[in-house]
Amino acid sequence: MNAIFKRPDNLTDAATHFCPGCTHGIAHRLIAEAMDELGIADRTIGIPGVGCCVFLYRYFPIDALEAPHGRAPACATGMKRAQPDRIIFAYQGDGDMAAIGTSEIIHAANRGENITVFFINNSVYGMTGGQMAPTTLLGQQTTTSPFGRDFKSEGYPIKMAEMLATLEGVAYSTRVSLHSPKHVNQAKKAIRKAFEMQINEMGFSVVEMLSTCNTNWRVSPLEALTMIEREMIPYFPLGVFKERTGKDFL
Amino acid sequence: MTEKKLTKGNIALAEGAIQAGCRFYFGYPITPQNDIPEYLARNLPKNGGTFIPAESEIASINMVMGASASGKRAMTSSSGPGISLMQEGISYLAGSEMPAVIVNIMRCGPGLGGIAPTQGDYNQAVHGGGHGDYRNIVLAPGSVQEMFDLTIRAFELADKYRNPTMIIADAMIGQFQEPCRLTPEKPVEFPEKPWALTGRKGRSPRLLKSLYLGDYEQEEHNLFLKKKYDEIQENEVMVEMQNLDDAELIIVAFGTPARVAKTAISLARAEGLKVGLIRPITLFPFPVKQVFEHSARVKNILVVEMNTGQMVRDVRIAAHKDAAIHFYGRPGGGFPFPDDVLGEIKKALAGGAR
Amino acid sequence: MYYDVIMAGFGGQGIQTISQIVALAAIRKGLNVTYLPSYGVEKRGGRTNVTLVIADEEIGSMVTNHPKCVIAMDAIAVDKYQSQVAPRGLLITNASLVPESMLERKDIEPLPLRCNDEALALGSAQLSNMIALGAFLQRSGILGIGDVESVMDDVTPERLKKTIPANLAAIRRGIEIAANGRGR
Repeated sequence: MNAIFKRPDNLTDAATHFCPGCTHGIAHRLIAEAMDELGIADRTIGIPGVGCCVFLYRYFPIDALEAPHGRAPACATGMKRAQPDRIIFAYQGDGDMAAIGTSEIIHAANRGENITVFFINNSVYGMTGGQMAPTTLLGQQTTTSPFGRDFKSEGYPIKMAEMLATLEGVAYSTRVSLHSPKHVNQAKKAIRKAFEMQINEMGFSVVEMLSTCNTNWRVSPLEALTMIEREMIPYFPLGVFKERTGKDFL
Repeated sequence: MTEKKLTKGNIALAEGAIQAGCRFYFGYPITPQNDIPEYLARNLPKNGGTFIPAESEIASINMVMGASASGKRAMTSSSGPGISLMQEGISYLAGSEMPAVIVNIMRCGPGLGGIAPTQGDYNQAVHGGGHGDYRNIVLAPGSVQEMFDLTIRAFELADKYRNPTMIIADAMIGQFQEPCRLTPEKPVEFPEKPWALTGRKGRSPRLLKSLYLGDYEQEEHNLFLKKKYDEIQENEVMVEMQNLDDAELIIVAFGTPARVAKTAISLARAEGLKVGLIRPITLFPFPVKQVFEHSARVKNILVVEMNTGQMVRDVRIAAHKDAAIHFYGRPGGGFPFPDDVLGEIKKALAGGAR
Repeated sequence: MYYDVIMAGFGGQGIQTISQIVALAAIRKGLNVTYLPSYGVEKRGGRTNVTLVIADEEIGSMVTNHPKCVIAMDAIAVDKYQSQVAPRGLLITNASLVPESMLERKDIEPLPLRCNDEALALGSAQLSNMIALGAFLQRSGILGIGDVESVMDDVTPERLKKTIPANLAAIRRGIEIAANGRGR
């Protein structure tokens, strides 16, 4: 009997702590599948940021380092420099990367650190209870933007994938979404390509994934998925913003 | 034996790091410690090492964490304001039980302060700095030779106890020069690191973390750490003691003030005043037993520091309950000269042992 | 033996060079040495000063506010350090830049030397520091010309090696002037 669908080898059978409907779990599965396919898990070390992603080590049976909030790209830098033949990835949420950790992500990217960063953009701080993040959409109500985000006071949602793509050190910067099977397939390809960039020593790779937080958005899981399509994608367009095809470093 | 070379304190420290097997340095410029990164930027690559001029001290300490988690010897150095920025990372290192060497060539504070020598960061290094229930191992070199030797020791202790080790020196110790032997006194120790994150191949996955959410998990972890700190207190005290046998007054001082105290003690003894010295070389673990034993007999102590008396509390806790404790401090760049200290010796002796 | 000296002037006068020579010669002689240069902001202001302690015993303090000798290569240095010289101590000044009227203390031994003029007479104003060094060797008595000669090669960078004979000549000239008691 041939199995046509099974849990990836590099995803543990631990029940996740994610809320029902959250797409973090999909992102985890895709990363595990990519590690399976590329055969890299034995030499891969994961670095979760702080937030809902922090328990990464429960779900991936690989070595892991828990980084301080926002600092995963700096930890990954030290680790990759110490072990250039290992595959190092950071997994950050939007509070982690786009707020407290902007300095670390920009400079790791700008140095062209040969690491991979997975970035979950769900437009709120999830773990702490749905506060406004730099990625929160205009008009979006959160516990700390109860009247809706107003650009006059809180500025505009920050577009990380586009911003990072402007840096010379970046080999690959893309934004994908996790809200439909078609988009999940695209996300899988992006994750795989990001790892391949690192394997081929092309430089810094980042995959931004539009993700749901139905709990903090105060909507049903299904409605959350449609909100990605309806509200997030118009502001956060999907696509590849930078892709290095050869070692065309300056 | 190799000839001693006239060497600047900061350079001795940087060379000590290389000879200790440190191959990863991450740092951000700040006076008065720039000689350290400048030396390592030039000399680490020659030794197969990596130097990254980091975007901030926050990034520096986290890069150290990444290299350290990989099982490699890594270091950063800074001064006051930069060390403040590193406290988050240092707390994580302690909580996750990762070794690291952090050097603070102290400048004045609070705030931006000045670049003159000071010991104002004693409490930050010895009693806290970051959040949570942890201790740093803290070494306080008093000579250029110790800048070299104690840097090697710092790496050994950090690895042995899987704990951040800080070297704190006032800018004077960093900037002055003395003849120095730039080779290790004995073979450098390299403890095994069966915890290092190197990829799971051939073994089960490893994890370095400091998050404990389960019932009593954190408490259990902190009690485990406490046991480790007790062990460090028991085994790793380093202290220099001089002229204590007939002493009627003990000076307790570290770093530059201890050097000045030695000259002041010579001046005092030339006048017939019997003064001795206890110089803590490890500030944590503090030489509690030594201070207690000698103060039980002498009962008259003068603490000299380049701050407003941060070590006095530790001396008070360690000292015999009947000991009188005097303090002389020059905070914020003022300097205790030998004759100033001699004056304080006379005052303390005139005051008598209470 | 315990000897402390502060050498001070402005950048380019060769203060660091002569203090390095003294320090290294003392180390070679088996003496203990501490060498404390100015650093940071003070350095950027163009001032330079070095505190040297030389002893055959363990050296405690690397700082001093009553040095046995001050070598002041310009008026600002005299202004700053004259008051610190230990009683009966020695104040060597560069009389080419320091008016004699500045030498106010009666309880110390002043030794004004026209360092720049003497150096020019030997062919280069750059030798003025060596004139002062010679006088210091003669008066302090802690090191001889032989001690200094043996370290000149080590302290002189490659591109300046050819200046060693001229430097030694200037040191000898400084010794000669000090021995003759000139400038008292």
